[in-house]
Amino acid sequence: MDLKEWFASRKKQREAEEVKLPLATDEYCALWTQCFQCRELLYTSQLRQNQHVCPKCQYHFRIGAMQRIEQLVDHGTFHELDAKLESADPLKFVDTDSYVKRQAEASRKSGLREAVITGEGEIVGEKACLGVMDFGHFGGSMGSVVGEKVARITEYATEKRLPLILVSSSGGARMQEGIFSLMQLAKTSSALKSFSDAGLLYISILSEPTYGGVTASFAMLGDIQIAEPGARIGFAGRRVIEQTIRQKLPADFQTAEYLLKHGQVDMVVERGKLKEKLAYLIRFHASGNAKPQAAPPRPKAATR
Amino acid sequence: MTDKKAIPLEFEKPLELLAQQIEALQKQLVDHPELESDISHLKKQYENLRRSLYSNLSASDHLAIARHPQRPYTRDYFARWDPNWMEMHGDRKGMDDPAMVTGLLHLGDHKVVVVGTEKGRSLRDKQQCNFGMPQPEGYRKALRLFKHAEKFGLPVVTLIDTPGAYPGMAAEEHNQAEAIAVNLFELAGLKVPVIAIVTGEGGSGGALAVGVANRILMMEHSVYSVISPEGCASILWRSADKRDDAAKAMKITAREILDLGVIDEVIEEPLGGAHHDYDLAAQNAKKAVIKQLEKMLAMSGDDVRADRQKKFRDMGQFKEAAV
Repeated sequence: MDLKEWFASRKKQREAEEVKLPLATDEYCALWTQCFQCRELLYTSQLRQNQHVCPKCQYHFRIGAMQRIEQLVDHGTFHELDAKLESADPLKFVDTDSYVKRQAEASRKSGLREAVITGEGEIVGEKACLGVMDFGHFGGSMGSVVGEKVARITEYATEKRLPLILVSSSGGARMQEGIFSLMQLAKTSSALKSFSDAGLLYISILSEPTYGGVTASFAMLGDIQIAEPGARIGFAGRRVIEQTIRQKLPADFQTAEYLLKHGQVDMVVERGKLKEKLAYLIRFHASGNAKPQAAPPRPKAATR
Repeated sequence: MTDKKAIPLEFEKPLELLAQQIEALQKQLVDHPELESDISHLKKQYENLRRSLYSNLSASDHLAIARHPQRPYTRDYFARWDPNWMEMHGDRKGMDDPAMVTGLLHLGDHKVVVVGTEKGRSLRDKQQCNFGMPQPEGYRKALRLFKHAEKFGLPVVTLIDTPGAYPGMAAEEHNQAEAIAVNLFELAGLKVPVIAIVTGEGGSGGALAVGVANRILMMEHSVYSVISPEGCASILWRSADKRDDAAKAMKITAREILDLGVIDEVIEEPLGGAHHDYDLAAQNAKKAVIKQLEKMLAMSGDDVRADRQKKFRDMGQFKEAAV
């Protein structure tokens, strides 16, 4: 091994250590789970009790939409809305497999119809509308249905004059729906414009990972931006940027903490404190100068 | 191009060969007058081939024309629409992104605010413009002009020709995603008419950030997509070589997108592409914009806004499950 090779191999090794980014998969139904960050072996039921946060290193595991709703919403108060919306296949898209097949496969894996669940519930007694994305379904990608559900919950919140909370976790727009996916960026942003003009509060929660078209639309339009510790959030992916600028990016690039340092989020909130903080923020803004109208009527039972 | 010869694209090679043959024969014409009829025959063949070639273009052929190095760029259009147009600079926050061109322009009898992404003609320009990929500051500059238009009741015309927003480190630090999102958000609220034309490449969010318009038009050979065909191919096919398949599958051409109901009109280009005749391309685009604009000027501000919001509200296709 000559000197040059030795340097190269050392550099490679160092990079490998640096960018040991967590490879979060949802396969922790097993009894034991190894933490992606500190490699500690954790007892799965204990991990679940700790809201899927590693008790040793505070690594925040990815969680599904239903788990998130359980964590945020008071027990038994959540009513799902628009649960029946399903993706069509407007382009008759086929890559190495057809979009229809991929949809079925995604649903089988995630147990969900689409990558977002929307509805209404109470957070420490405060009524709010919620949209929670699930990265486990089709990489949390936004196609027509995700866009439609986010737009509908935004309109519903506008009509009922309720605060809106969207929890993002997405790889971006769904390529299989082509230009329609792109247009969802405009659709959701446009709905939020009317919501915002009505003087209502929107809190955007960015969780691991939030990228592309979702970041470039509703996820970045919150009146208040909250990120989860360690979450990777950005527009372009790390690899694309590295290829473009031909430089190695710092290890903490695009993490929640990095975003906080660069003024892109209001706060980084650990999972255990998220519910309390949300309730506080809702209460704080409810007694603001924009006087809320009469109490909204009880929501209709969710269509299922 | 009027002054320079157009560079032939890969799929135009047979046409180029025929043209070379004709040229060679023409050189011999002085010594061999009997070649006259052959030449006229070949010329006829050339015209036929040209027509059939351009009426059967694949998605990747359109893509090649949209990315043609001689394709007219935003500044070429603005200069032809109004030689006295006035450029406006800067986001007022610390930067003037050359990849986003903004200004004031007389379009026929109408005064409009223009905004467009610019790829840059010379190598130096291209580097400064990041090959047409705006930074967040570029989008914020565009936003400043949108607000200017709103304040003075001026319609907005935007031109889109970008591979996408710039994926750089500083761009991320300055919140590229937010810059785009805020433009979508604010464009949705404007009470002045907004008309967008995709003149070349409509690259994803970076294009849409100036594309939330009441009417979206596309030049005949332009493309508009959620991700570049190369990007799509490398993710879904795991090979960038499958670009042509991805281009076809995503339905990126003007006609296809018109058929999907996402855009309102396809603007005809000179045969073979806008790079064969800048003036004609600019004129066609101008006529189309004025026609659309005049339809909208009768509407009230609130109606214009509602019209735009409804347009995007209706986008997307999905179904409702029975159970």
